[in-house]
Amino acid sequence: MVMATNKKRRNRPEISNKLAAYFLHHLQSLVFSLGKIYKAPTTTIMTVAVIGITLSLPCGFYLFLKNIETMSGDLSSSTQITLYLDLKTSEKSARKLNNTLASKVMVQNTEFISRDSALQTFRQSSGFGESINTLLSNPLPHTIVVIPKNNSDKFEIKNLLNSLQSLPEVKIAKLDTEWLERLFTILEIAKRAVGIITLLFAFAVLLIIGNTIRLDIQNRYQEIIVTKLIGATNAFIRRPFLYGGLWYGLFGGIVSWIIIELSYIAISGPLNRLNLLYQAKLDIVTFSFQDFIILIASSTLLGLIGSWIAVAKHLNQIEPT
Amino acid sequence: MIEFKNVSKRFEGGFDALRNVNMQLGEGEMAFLTGHSGAGKSTLLKIISLIEKPTRGQALLNRINLKTVSKRRVPYIRRNIGIIFQDHQLLFDRTVFDNVALPLIIQGYRHQEIAKRTRAALDKVGLLHKDKAMPITLSGGEQQRVGIARAVVHKPMLLLADEPTGNLDPALSREIMQIFVDFHQVGVSVLVASHDLDLIDELKKPVLTLNGGEMTHNDLQPITAYES
Repeated sequence: MVMATNKKRRNRPEISNKLAAYFLHHLQSLVFSLGKIYKAPTTTIMTVAVIGITLSLPCGFYLFLKNIETMSGDLSSSTQITLYLDLKTSEKSARKLNNTLASKVMVQNTEFISRDSALQTFRQSSGFGESINTLLSNPLPHTIVVIPKNNSDKFEIKNLLNSLQSLPEVKIAKLDTEWLERLFTILEIAKRAVGIITLLFAFAVLLIIGNTIRLDIQNRYQEIIVTKLIGATNAFIRRPFLYGGLWYGLFGGIVSWIIIELSYIAISGPLNRLNLLYQAKLDIVTFSFQDFIILIASSTLLGLIGSWIAVAKHLNQIEPT
Repeated sequence: MIEFKNVSKRFEGGFDALRNVNMQLGEGEMAFLTGHSGAGKSTLLKIISLIEKPTRGQALLNRINLKTVSKRRVPYIRRNIGIIFQDHQLLFDRTVFDNVALPLIIQGYRHQEIAKRTRAALDKVGLLHKDKAMPITLSGGEQQRVGIARAVVHKPMLLLADEPTGNLDPALSREIMQIFVDFHQVGVSVLVASHDLDLIDELKKPVLTLNGGEMTHNDLQPITAYES
């Protein structure tokens, strides 16, 4: 009852106003903590730079992997099985086989190379034209190149290979995928390594931000005590520190993105030359918009978590004496 | 407003800061708390402002037992008190206005209300024209007045002051004490710890004297019997 009369006398703010004021204070803390960061540029720049560099390492590895995966994706889609037919097979039955194979479900398309055209090509490109002319008969077999369906996995390809091998007209069915399998295994290992590195570096970012916020709390020891004596709740005191961590995380994320983009620019010169040399088209993948959002969101979250840990550990210990 | 019944405070190591203190400060009353340094004045104020808890006895603020208050409720109870420190404890990284507005921001007042009340509080201590100044640019007396404005801006029921004139010259001290008397006259309970005996004599208000942790002099009414 005492409190009730009290309320009346002091004309406390109403609930709806309180809610508005609550959000207003969140906004104020957000801006206030940004102002604090702005007023201490050296500390901020150093902290943000350390976070940015730390985050850019796992990001760089990630992009490296992503690129290798894209390239190896192209390679695996170019998987093909070469069928060398028995020399006794006539061109007519070879063509017939080719048509049968092309209509199979597992097969994307096929290409038939007759013995004659193979010899022709060989004569032109090998430089052995003269010596080939001395041959009594064409030693080359009819060849069918089978390209499996795009999305087939390696077991399906293996099955296809086995069934092709067992055809009576086929002498040798050849699929050179061993090196590809090795590459995929290495990629799998690299993926896990990047996962571990990412975890470790995320933990490092937590420590960096936690320590920065801890120092910040120590520097504002007196202020915390005064606000506690004025009747501030722990949540009120916590807020600017939490938002401080959030800003560090956000800016750190942006810095790491800038580092990655700059590195890409640095690499792209020699890369273009490489493309020219190999007459290849290696498109380097950089951050997609989605990657960018994930990077920024997770670095911001890391900042928030790091400061939360520091605040939970240190703020409750500060009590006026 | 404040009731102490046989309150004792023993610190770790066995030092008795308060022994069996009994006192009652009614609503709207004003009193001075005197005694040598180390007599227990600060400890008494700390118990009221929930910085320390009594070891024995019962300390009540607005009939709330200060010994059993949960940590969660402490901030809300403190909002009923305005505390003035000897060294004013202003925050030097923000303006006079922002310092004074802090209790209102903490309590979630609306923006317009904050501006209105902060100006009123600054006006009361005669510093309205300095609202945009940084505290560091003010004199000691002015800083203390900003401290008072901050303590009264949310219209607390009780003002506690710990040696508010400790660092000021006599003229400024008198000015500061007069501000407390003014608040008392508009119905605020005031308890001022001070050893400025000449000034206290002048103001003719009840005096409580502590000596070695015991209350040796008490001008206030004795505790009225009431069941808790």
